[in-house]
Amino acid sequence: MISDAAFWTLTVLLGLGTFLIRFSFLGLLGGRPLPGWLLLHLKYVGVAVLPALVTPMVLWPAATGGETDPARLVAALAALVAGLRLSVVAALIGGMGALYLWHFLFPTL
Amino acid sequence: MGRAAFWQGYRDCAPFLVVVVPFAMLFGAVARDAGLDLLQVMAMSVLVIAGASQFTALTLLQDQAPVFVALMAALAVNLRMALYSAALVPHVGHAGLGARALMSYLMVDQAFAVAVKTYEERPQMTPGEKVAYYFGVMMLICPVWYGCTLLGALVGRAIPPELSLDFAAPICFIALTAPLLRSLPHVVAALAAVLAAIGFHGFPAGLGLISAALVGIVAGAQAELWLGRRARGRA
Repeated sequence: MISDAAFWTLTVLLGLGTFLIRFSFLGLLGGRPLPGWLLLHLKYVGVAVLPALVTPMVLWPAATGGETDPARLVAALAALVAGLRLSVVAALIGGMGALYLWHFLFPTL
Repeated sequence: MGRAAFWQGYRDCAPFLVVVVPFAMLFGAVARDAGLDLLQVMAMSVLVIAGASQFTALTLLQDQAPVFVALMAALAVNLRMALYSAALVPHVGHAGLGARALMSYLMVDQAFAVAVKTYEERPQMTPGEKVAYYFGVMMLICPVWYGCTLLGALVGRAIPPELSLDFAAPICFIALTAPLLRSLPHVVAALAAVLAAIGFHGFPAGLGLISAALVGIVAGAQAELWLGRRARGRA
């Protein structure tokens, strides 16, 4: 059971802290021009953060208690291939579809 | 001009509803299961509006972790958004303070990835169109995030675990990454981030993520510089 005091303290501080993280550079730097070396690195933010975020979710999913799950590996791979070859929609449907198909074909794995 | 860009953003983000809907519902259901009332569930989704960190905070509170520990872990998960914040500066930094504050509140992975991909593909977009596009993206995602959290909280246990809705989040992030892999340095950045994330697996939750992301960013930038030098060397 989560106490009301703990919940509200956490939620308000997390909301505030998360906003400050999001506001940080956009809020403080505003329209100021950035140096070239920084612009060069900022181009790679999305393509580095998202894989770093997704890798542990795929390899050690919380839903299986951190055990590597073949169904989720296959689903992630299917989503990646569909996303590279076809489209975003294909990646989303292909990924979840592969997961369900695997569960249907190999219910024990 | 702004209106067309707004609706373009709205349409470009529509495919992500396929995963935002189940993921928001899952959060609502899990939060109710953890003993939160409807007001608490909604307060969290509205105040924080960052699914991964909400799950982190909730899980730790349920495990009776001290509030401070849960807070730090959840904030660490969100630290990646400081990088998003910086990367958005060249595109929408000119906007007024109020607009920048609202854009910051709405800064989620989908909005960032979809917007930056479009900005880079269409350099002819005006600064005003870029801001309108960003708000268009979030005008679809944000109400759906609130609404489906509520729906999940109401439906609760009716969501069977066999649906593996937890995996909607990583699938979504993969779908966001694939279109970003459009040059060799981008692929290098992604691979370096994956390898670093595996190497940093033992790190506390958010710190491994941010370290791995920084490795990927530097790898991508270095790859671009190296390719540039090589091209000049040949010319």
